Amino acid sequence: MYFLKRVALMIPLMLVISFFAFGLLHLAPGGPFDKERAPASPEIDRALKAKYFLDEPVWKQYLIYLGFFPRKTPGLLQGDFGPSLKYRDHTVNDIISQALPVSMTLGVLAFCFALGVGIPAGFYTAARKGRWQDFAGGFLVLLVICVPALIVGPILVLIFGIEFRWFPVALWESPLHAVLPTVTLGLYFAGRIARLMREGMLTTLHAEFITTARAKGLSETAVLIRHAFRLAVLPVVSYSGPLLADLLTGSFVVESIFQLPGIGVFLVNGLFNRDYTMVVGLVVVYSFLLLVLNLIVDLAYLLLDPRIKYE
Amino acid sequence: MSKTGVQNTAQTGAGRVLSPNQRAWVQFRRNPVAAASAIFLMVVLALVLVWPLFGSPAFMRLLPKAMTWSPNALSDSQFSSPGAEHWFGTDVHGRDLLSRVLYGARISLLVGAVGAVVSLVIGVLWGAIAGYVGGTWDNAMMRIVDVLYSLPSIVFVIVLISTLEVYFKDWVSRLFGPASGGAVRMLLLFAGLGAVSWLTMARIVRGQVLSMRARAFVDAGRALGASHARILLKHVLPNVSGVVIVYLTLTVPSVILYESFLSFLGLGIQPPQASLGYLIADGAANLNAIRVYWWLIVFPGTALAATLLALNFLGDGLRDALDPRESRG
Repeated sequence: MYFLKRVALMIPLMLVISFFAFGLLHLAPGGPFDKERAPASPEIDRALKAKYFLDEPVWKQYLIYLGFFPRKTPGLLQGDFGPSLKYRDHTVNDIISQALPVSMTLGVLAFCFALGVGIPAGFYTAARKGRWQDFAGGFLVLLVICVPALIVGPILVLIFGIEFRWFPVALWESPLHAVLPTVTLGLYFAGRIARLMREGMLTTLHAEFITTARAKGLSETAVLIRHAFRLAVLPVVSYSGPLLADLLTGSFVVESIFQLPGIGVFLVNGLFNRDYTMVVGLVVVYSFLLLVLNLIVDLAYLLLDPRIKYE
Repeated sequence: MSKTGVQNTAQTGAGRVLSPNQRAWVQFRRNPVAAASAIFLMVVLALVLVWPLFGSPAFMRLLPKAMTWSPNALSDSQFSSPGAEHWFGTDVHGRDLLSRVLYGARISLLVGAVGAVVSLVIGVLWGAIAGYVGGTWDNAMMRIVDVLYSLPSIVFVIVLISTLEVYFKDWVSRLFGPASGGAVRMLLLFAGLGAVSWLTMARIVRGQVLSMRARAFVDAGRALGASHARILLKHVLPNVSGVVIVYLTLTVPSVILYESFLSFLGLGIQPPQASLGYLIADGAANLNAIRVYWWLIVFPGTALAATLLALNFLGDGLRDALDPRESRG
């Protein structure tokens, strides 16, 4: 019931978001056709604007964009983001369907990298609490957390791309191309997760059921992995929502460093070009992804911890 | 330092009662990392503020030449590597990188501080009102925070800044003359970054105010006829100030990071102004396989990373000292 309500709430929310993005963009001076190479004659300009309904008042343009009228053209409500005003041979749907897989792949890879490095690192440092491994790990984690992607990226390129030539430094073609972007994007989150995991483990190890497990004579490994881990990983799960959100937006910088054809690049270019439909479309897609991801995380939380109940 | 720490413990042991603030101060000073970060930040701040003076003729005679470059002075020595003349090397236009890093740090810190203050005002007001009024209003206001949390805020800042800028630039330059155009981007950055960074602050303040509201001194205040505004401002908020300071310190680095992120994408500070993020973007743009200008990335990058690190340490140290919920014995 709670989740049905959440899903139902998403629809008006998406409408509000698209409305704000749409209104804000149209508020800005300048239009999508200002940067055309040859200045068009007034007739051509007028015809162009009329074709994309830019001569209508903004509220009407929004309704057209949503797909209320004219009758035959589908709009946002039918899942059509309209034609791009800059790349006029493509619709925004085309561009999203090309660019989204790139961003999503990068995001998923970085997510796996962050979990794959962060969880074992946090687990290990917690198990070795107070020894040198813990301190060394703690220092590395702090370093990784405080150095943002926009520094890590160029430095990785400098070392592994230019100095050693192990990995290509830009573009998105073979699996090798994905290595540096994934590490750049995932490193910070690996640090955050390692920290959460370590704290989670340390708190859990104080719990009474751990003492019971030890008293039963279970081996330390079994106590740590079978009993402590399951509860200690919960903070990591609840961080996964914001983590995915940050991965999505963090990929902007990474896409720009490595020249990847993801949606971040199209969004920024769209803004510079006043490509109304493109920007609104991408903002809507971004927000939709975020809302869905948050919902999934809440569901996962419910499955992992039987004590939690949503109203 | 350790000596005073011992003395203070001895005094507390002897039964002298310390106020919560004094206790926090003692605890803070016992944390060497946080204290070192505070000192480092003060040095950076002093350096950044005093640096522009070094270009004046009186200082020029006293100081080595490498310390007196102006951040915007062009020269013929492009991409010269770090050396006696230019300690951090020079960039594509032959500008001295050391002076540019300090100049960039100045702008980054300014944006961070002002953005954090904007988020402080919005966050504290929002959280305090929601917590104090309670009931339906609280519910509605916090639901809005939840919704905003789930949106890609940086995307909205990008849309906001790039659309409103042209609009405002026109307006401001008509009011204050054409020279003021560059300041508009800064003001929008302050406002935009502050406007998306207040959510955590609002949540924390609301939680604290909610628990304060149930205390006896609030009832006493009301019984004595104090108005709601007075109770909130004079009695409740001062009690929340510790937590607020902690999160303010932690907001500054996140705003600096946001700004450098925007500058990196070309949406933040515009030349001839420069922030650390802009300098890093500049260094990244000049990366090529034929000649490696590593100093263009390493020096601004280190400056940014060190500043963020110190601010985070300081915030964590303050949290250990001031936030009662997080005390770890």
